[in-house]
Amino acid sequence: MFEDFFDVVKKRFNGGADEEYKPPMFKCPRCQELSPLSRYEELHRVCPKCNYHGRLSAPERISITVDKDSFREMDADMISGNPIDFPEYTEKQEQLRESTSLNDAVITGTATIKGSPVVIGVMDSRYMMGSMGSVVGEKITRAFEYATENGLPVVMFTASGGARMQEGIVSLMQMAKTSGAVKLHSDNGGLYITVLTDPTTGGVTASFASLGDIIIAEPKVLIGFAGRRVIESTIKQRLPEDFQLAEFMHEKGFVDMIVERGKMRSVLSHLLKLHGYDRKEA
Amino acid sequence: MEEKKSAWERLQLVHTKGRPTIKDYMPLVFTDYYELHGDRLCGDDKAIYGAIARLDGRPVTVIAQVKGRDINENKACNFAMPHPEGYRKALRLARQAEKFHRPVICFIDTPGAFCGVAAEERGMGEAIAKNIAEFMTIRTPVISIVLGEGGSGGALALGVCDELAMLENAQYSVLSPRGFASILWKDASREQEASEIMRITAEDMVALGVAETIIEEPLGGAHNDLDKISENIKEYLSQKIPEKCEKDIDVLLKERYTKFRKIGAFIE
Repeated sequence: MFEDFFDVVKKRFNGGADEEYKPPMFKCPRCQELSPLSRYEELHRVCPKCNYHGRLSAPERISITVDKDSFREMDADMISGNPIDFPEYTEKQEQLRESTSLNDAVITGTATIKGSPVVIGVMDSRYMMGSMGSVVGEKITRAFEYATENGLPVVMFTASGGARMQEGIVSLMQMAKTSGAVKLHSDNGGLYITVLTDPTTGGVTASFASLGDIIIAEPKVLIGFAGRRVIESTIKQRLPEDFQLAEFMHEKGFVDMIVERGKMRSVLSHLLKLHGYDRKEA
Repeated sequence: MEEKKSAWERLQLVHTKGRPTIKDYMPLVFTDYYELHGDRLCGDDKAIYGAIARLDGRPVTVIAQVKGRDINENKACNFAMPHPEGYRKALRLARQAEKFHRPVICFIDTPGAFCGVAAEERGMGEAIAKNIAEFMTIRTPVISIVLGEGGSGGALALGVCDELAMLENAQYSVLSPRGFASILWKDASREQEASEIMRITAEDMVALGVAETIIEEPLGGAHNDLDKISENIKEYLSQKIPEKCEKDIDVLLKERYTKFRKIGAFIE
């Protein structure tokens, strides 16, 4: 959506040399107001008018969260097989790797946040809606196992439509695999902070996303197990606008705090330090 | 065994009226059973049955999804679609089993966890996630059997176990073939095609490392001979439960973790 918008902006900007200069603008999909694109980008894709938090790519998220040059990616080259020989799945993956420069829907690695060492995982909704298949399951499991072995905390930014259907039952089993690794990390005394970003739903909500010692959400993001349309068709009525938003889940007791993007790094740093992860070597 | 049926044919069988439910199996597989109710937090979910019982004289905990045998029973048990409190009851009873050193036997038979407002408000995602994580380290043997439908996360919440068995015609899937067709192809009527492509049969589960055992059904399906299918289930449990109980619990837990740990297809 944003990419399209940028293209339009770029075309206008480049093609309209004779016209009066107009700075590229961002039109907020929530409040419909216009703001200078540069301001929106400066705020890391937050609308200056209504505080709408746009979706970030995993590389962007990592760059605004961890200390400069501290990120070391794990399992960067892992790509998906085709466990149930689903038609065209392999080809689709090839195209997506090309178009997104991602190898699957999560990036994991080690880093420091204001000096505190962490294992970090960031999901990217551009890759098959952040769905969890074998690669997402394996990388997250390995990230937790590494954190357990090395006494490190884990910070996980979730964004997912749920299990990856093209991998059938194998995708469902990734819920067990990741949750098992989270449990062993927890039993070993490790801190796990989840940051729920837009959207966190389905099998990811029903596994590692809901298992954080501390669960943070960005404002107004979608968090739920069942899809809105599925529920509406079950109960045969329209759901209220705020249903399944972060604030709703906060009120119901499933989210500890709602943190704005601009404050996220600082909050994470404080929480890590409150748990004694203070400027140790990663 | 009769000639292999297609996934679609088996799906029809699983939905045949009169296919036995946990309520049919209890008196034929177990003795001295007492139903236990409630999650101690919110309520009692009739979609999940919990009991202490004896299997061959040994005390066990039984946790099961409940399908109705007619419309009234189905209304009462919400067509085997649990709410969060059902899963929380299941976890409470599993913890109780751990305390009293009883093995846990889970019977899976659900189209999926319930999709509704109250379920979301009470944290369906959290309830399933918690069961999956906690069952992984519960210090007592856990055996799960898929009786009919094993639908999605709602099934997996009773499916983290030392060994999974499938009744011959049972299915286990990431979501229903109908849901699959409707989401992936925007056409729910391609349900049959989806069922054949998704790999949801008992044989598929064994091939993919999800299940270990297939429990044979009587000719034509479980509903044709309740005594026989109950006998087959009991025979399976009577062999497996003592086997798992004799194992060192730390070894068992390591094997349980590994069972799930190794599932996945990726290239490095």
